[in-house]
Amino acid sequence: MSDASRTAPPLAFPEAARRAVANAQVRANVRLAQNAIRAKRASVVGELRDWEALRDAGAAIKRDALARLDELLAQLETSVHDAGGQVHWARDANEANAVVVGLVQQTGAREVVKVKSLLTDEIGLNVALADAGIEALETDLAELICQLADERPSHLLVPAIHKNRREIRDLFRERLGRPDLADEPGELAEAARAHLRAAFLRAGVGISGANFAVAETGTVCVVESEGNGRMCTSLPQTLITVMGIEKTIPAWQDLEVFLQLLPRSATGERMNPYTSLWTGVFPGDGPQEFHLVLVDAGRTRALADPVGRDALRCIRCAACIHVCPVYRQVGGHAYHSVYAGPIGAILQPQLSGERGQPGSLPFASSLCGACGDVCPVRIDIPRLLVHERERVNAAQSARRETVPLQAIGRAFASPKRYERAQRLARALQRLVVSDGWFVRFPGPLAGWGRSRDLPAVPRETFREWWRRERGA
Amino acid sequence: MRVALFVTCLVDTLFPEVGKATVRVLESAGVRVEFPREQTCCGQMHLNAGSRDVARTLAERFVRVFDGYDAIVAPSGSCAGHVRAHVPEFVDGGDRGVPERVFELSQFLVDELGVTETGSSFTGLLTYHPACHSLRMLRVGSAPLRLLERVPGTELVELPDAETCCGFGGMFAVKNADVSSAMLDEKLENVLATGANAVCACDSSCLMHVGGGLRRRGSSVSAVHLAEVLAP
Amino acid sequence: MNAAREEMLARVRAATADVVLQDLPPVPRDYVRRGGRSRREVVELFSRRVADYRAEVAVVSDPVAAARRILAVHGAARVGIAPDLPAELWPSGPELVEDRNLSPHELDALDGALTTCEAACAETGTIALTGRDGQGRRALTLVPDLHVCLVRAPDIVETVPELIERLGPSARLGRPIVLLSGPSATSDIELARVEGVHGPRRLVVLVYEEG
Repeated sequence: MSDASRTAPPLAFPEAARRAVANAQVRANVRLAQNAIRAKRASVVGELRDWEALRDAGAAIKRDALARLDELLAQLETSVHDAGGQVHWARDANEANAVVVGLVQQTGAREVVKVKSLLTDEIGLNVALADAGIEALETDLAELICQLADERPSHLLVPAIHKNRREIRDLFRERLGRPDLADEPGELAEAARAHLRAAFLRAGVGISGANFAVAETGTVCVVESEGNGRMCTSLPQTLITVMGIEKTIPAWQDLEVFLQLLPRSATGERMNPYTSLWTGVFPGDGPQEFHLVLVDAGRTRALADPVGRDALRCIRCAACIHVCPVYRQVGGHAYHSVYAGPIGAILQPQLSGERGQPGSLPFASSLCGACGDVCPVRIDIPRLLVHERERVNAAQSARRETVPLQAIGRAFASPKRYERAQRLARALQRLVVSDGWFVRFPGPLAGWGRSRDLPAVPRETFREWWRRERGA
Repeated sequence: MRVALFVTCLVDTLFPEVGKATVRVLESAGVRVEFPREQTCCGQMHLNAGSRDVARTLAERFVRVFDGYDAIVAPSGSCAGHVRAHVPEFVDGGDRGVPERVFELSQFLVDELGVTETGSSFTGLLTYHPACHSLRMLRVGSAPLRLLERVPGTELVELPDAETCCGFGGMFAVKNADVSSAMLDEKLENVLATGANAVCACDSSCLMHVGGGLRRRGSSVSAVHLAEVLAP
Repeated sequence: MNAAREEMLARVRAATADVVLQDLPPVPRDYVRRGGRSRREVVELFSRRVADYRAEVAVVSDPVAAARRILAVHGAARVGIAPDLPAELWPSGPELVEDRNLSPHELDALDGALTTCEAACAETGTIALTGRDGQGRRALTLVPDLHVCLVRAPDIVETVPELIERLGPSARLGRPIVLLSGPSATSDIELARVEGVHGPRRLVVLVYEEG
C-alpha cells in the first residue's frame, strides 16, 4: 500500500521519508514544481518595493488579532448575525462534523459540493458526511484528482503536485470515462470542467472553508483560481463555511495587506483569478441561508503557548513549502499530516497535542531557515521547530536520542571532561578506522555511512597542537 | 585589540588543520591570536536538538570564557551565528556584550579589519557553497566571496542553486539520513556541474558532509574550508 | 451550541491571559497605500496587467459599439444583463436577456454576460464587482462562458489598498463582492497555469472614459 493511500497508517517521518526519496517520479515532479513557483514568486515579490513593510503589517495584524481573539470572535458573530447569517461553535472535530451534518440534513440534500478546505480535511468531514449518507463532491481540480485516485493530498496548496500530467491523464481516462484523453493540461482541465459543471448547476448545498473572516463587517473571504469556489459559494441555496477561529482578522482594511501577501506568496501571481467576499446573505444574490461554523480543534491549545502561538498567524500560502529543501526530496505524503512541510511540522503537533509518534515531525528539518525568510507573516519557523523539539523531548523524557546528547552536554561543560571525551573518541575509533577514515559505521553512525565517508579523529587535536607549538 | 580564537568543537576535534589555517590567516593580517584553553562548545547542536538546559549551561560558559576579549573569531558561520543570535536570550545576568563581539572569520577580516587579501597561494577552479546558518542566521553577506575573488591563482565559478541547503543540519544528518543523502545528491550534482576542483564553505559541518559524499563517489573534487583557501 | 460558545471563548481568554494588550505595538502601515502614477499611466498599467492574464482588453471611446462588436465576434447571440444595467449601455445586436433570477441552467444556456463594474485596480489588473448598477448577480458573471465587462476609467485605482478602501462601503452594506483577475485558471497540473476551468473562459475588458 503506497504512502499516498488515504488508509495508510501514519509512519514516523524518517521511515516515511526513506520510502519517499526512493520514489524518483515524485522527487522529479516536486523539483519541477518547486523551481517553477520559486521563480514566479521571486519575480512578483521583486516588483514591490514595500514587500518587507507588508510583511511587517501582516505579522502585526495577526499578532494583534490573536491577542484579542475572544473580542474579535464575539464581534464577528454579531456582524454575521446582523447580515442575516448564522454562527455555530464547535470545540473539536466531532462537534464540527455533527453541526455540519445536521445542517445538511435539515436541507434534505444527499449531495454537497465542496471547495477545498484544509480544516475539513483535518476534521475528516467527508467521512462524517458519507457516514450520514451524504456525498461530498470535491471540486478543486487537484482535490478531484486525489479523490478519484483515493489518495491523500500531498501539498497545502497544490494537492496533486505529486502527480504529473501523464498520471492524471491515465486517472481521468479510467475514472471519468474518457479513453481518448491526451495528457495536455488544457484538455485535462476541460475534462474536469465538464465533469463538475453538472454538479455545480444542480447543487443545493455548498461547503467551503475561509481564508479570512473580518470581524468588523462579518465578511468571509475565499481566495481561489479555478472558479469552483465561486460556484460553491454563490450558486447553491445553502452555504456552510467551516473555519478555524485563527482566521479572524480585525478590520476590512486589513484585507489590503493580506490580499497582497497571499497571492504573491502562494502562486507567484499579482492577484489570483477569483476572490469572493460575502457577508451573511444578500437578497436576490447567492445563498439565502448562510452558516458559519467556528472551529477550535486544538487552536486554543496552540494559542496558549506564548512561543508556539505565532504559528497561528499562518495564512496557508505554502511559500515555506515551496522553498523547503526537505520537502523537495520527499513530497508531502511523507509528513502524514494535513499540513506538510515546515509549517506542518509545527502545526501538526500543536493542533493534535500529540508529541509522541510521529513526534518526529519537528525533527524533519535541517533548520536551513529558507522558510522563515519567505513567510509573509514573519513566522520564525526555525525557532518554532526548535521549540517543538523541546516540547517533544519533555513529553518523552526517556527518549533514546536525548540521553547521549545530554551526556555530551555534560562533557562539554568542563574542559577536562571535554578533552577526555576527545581522547576517548580517538581510542574507541581504532577498531573501525583505517588510513584516517572510518571503514565501518557502527551504531548511530550507520545512517551517515550509507552515503558518506567520515574522517577519523586526527592524532592531534587543535588544542593539543596549540599547547605543543605555542606553549601554555 | 585582544583577539581570541573560538576554534569550535568540530574543528578542534576533527579538522584541526582548519584551526591552524585560521590562525595563519589572522596572523598574516597582523592580528595577535589568543586561544583561551577553557573553551569547549557553543551549544548550538544542543539547542537544535531541543536540549535547552544544556544549551544554556554552555552559553553561560561561553560568555565567561570569552569575556574580556575585544573580538572573538570563529572559523564557522553557524557557531558564530548561534552565539550572536541565540546566546543573548539564554544568559541570566547579562551577556556582558560578548555575543556582539563574536565574528565568523570572513566577516571579521572584511567588515572589521577591512582586509580582502591574505597572501594565499591557493590555485584552481573554486565554487563557493554558502552555508545556511552563515547565510540566513549570521547574514555574512558577500564577505566570503570578496575574499575568494582576491586570491590570485583562483578562479571562482558560481554554484547553481547555491542557497539550497546541503542537507547536513546537525543531528538531522543521522536522524534523517535518507533525506539528508537525497539533499546531498542534489548539492553534489550542482557542485560537479561547475567543473570546479574544489568546493569551499565557511563551515566545516557542511564540508564534512559534502566532502564525505564526494569521497564516497570517488570524486577528485575536494571540499576545503575558506580558511584553508585563504591561508598563506 | 451555547455551551460550545462559552467554553471556546473561555479557552481563548485563558490562552491569552499572558498578553498585555497595551504592550503590543500598533500595527505599522508603512507599505504603499496610495499610488503616484498619473491617470493616463494608471489606465495603461491596468490594460497591461489585464493583458498579462490573457484576458482581452481594449481602451475604447464608444463602449456600447465596442461591446456590440465584441459580442458579435464571439458569436454571442443571447447575452445576459443585470436588469439595472443603465439603458444607455444596452448594445443593439444580440438578444439581451435580463437576469431576473434566472436558474443556473438558464444562465448556462446564455452565450455570455455584459456588465459594468464597481472599481478596478491597475497594479494587479483586478476588477471588482459588488452587484449594483448593472454589475449583476454573482451567478451572472460566473456561469456564462463569456464575460464582457465595461470599466469606466475614473473607477480604476492604482493600488490594492485603494481598491479595498473603495469597496469598504459595499462590504458594510453586506453586498457580496467578487474580485476578478483574468479568466479562471488552475496551476494544479505540474504548476503550469492553464486557463479555463470553471469560471468564464473568456473575459473581455472594455475601458472607457466618461462622457
